[in-house]
Amino acid sequence: MLLRGTDTVDPAELLAQTGWELKPEGLCKADRCVPTGGAPLSAELLAEKLGMGLVTDPDHGLTALGPESGGRALIDAKLPDLELPDRHGRPFSLRSLRGTRFVMVAWASW
Amino acid sequence: MWQALRTELHPQGVEVVTVALDSGGAEAAAPWIDAANPEHPSLIDAEHRLDAAVGVVNVPTGVWVDEDGVLVRPPEVAHPGTSVLRDMIAKHGIPSDGPEILRDQIIAASKIRVDPEAYGAALRDWAEKGAASPYALSPEEVVERSRPVPVEVSEAAAHFELGVALHADGELEAARRHFRVAHQLDPDNWTYKRQAWSFEDPFQGPTEHYDSDWLSEIAARGHDTYYPLPEL
Repeated sequence: MLLRGTDTVDPAELLAQTGWELKPEGLCKADRCVPTGGAPLSAELLAEKLGMGLVTDPDHGLTALGPESGGRALIDAKLPDLELPDRHGRPFSLRSLRGTRFVMVAWASW
Repeated sequence: MWQALRTELHPQGVEVVTVALDSGGAEAAAPWIDAANPEHPSLIDAEHRLDAAVGVVNVPTGVWVDEDGVLVRPPEVAHPGTSVLRDMIAKHGIPSDGPEILRDQIIAASKIRVDPEAYGAALRDWAEKGAASPYALSPEEVVERSRPVPVEVSEAAAHFELGVALHADGELEAARRHFRVAHQLDPDNWTYKRQAWSFEDPFQGPTEHYDSDWLSEIAARGHDTYYPLPEL
């Protein structure tokens, strides 16, 4: 996830982008919870606790975090709740397909 | 081509969702989407979020999702029962006109091992039988087959996202620096490479900005590694 001009992470944005939720017991995703000791949510904390790759570009005031590391791309078999735009810019939530089987195919114009 | 399969499978309760990994956004992907005139959701993922979210490293890559939102197959090379390129070559041969690099790429692409019929047959079996299909895997197997993520792969994702943001801001040289690091840290991710190369040259040929290109990389890594055959 991308941070502009800050290393503070908004919990709602973290949940939407990564599936990790800040709860009283810590950072949680699927059936895994990692205690944070009540530390403020920051890029450094996520890098330390979840192994998220942390890269800063101070010249441009940008920070980015990769996914949690040390395991596999899927922490469980649930499809992440991604929201992506269609060609008109209208957001589409993959969760809206709940109740329907589907095959999701990544392609590219390049 | 996915629209044709969608027409076939939708009556059996299977939807198709396509996601364009295109950092050029709608400007890059919309003409292709419009030409396909899809009835299914056709989405655009400018940041290649699917790479980090489920472990996509090349296109076309598919996942199967059941009624409960659970993956029953992990990311794997996905063709809709046929290969457009192979069919085109069978019908028209290798084109004799046009840019030389395009001909070389078509020749190289024709050597890449694919088995679109097997994937299409498996997909049709799942459409018919649902959870009873032998191709529908357990959640544990799906997770186990998904891609390992060492910290280097995570850092590559962060560099790639910075590159996409900086490219969109017009900071092209800064973007290239991050793309180059992403390529080094996660050399198996073709979407990071092909996206960055395509920003410089639509044919993804050699440029001064990167030390590799599509044809060179295919030659160096071998045609068999480009599309690992799905373990069906």
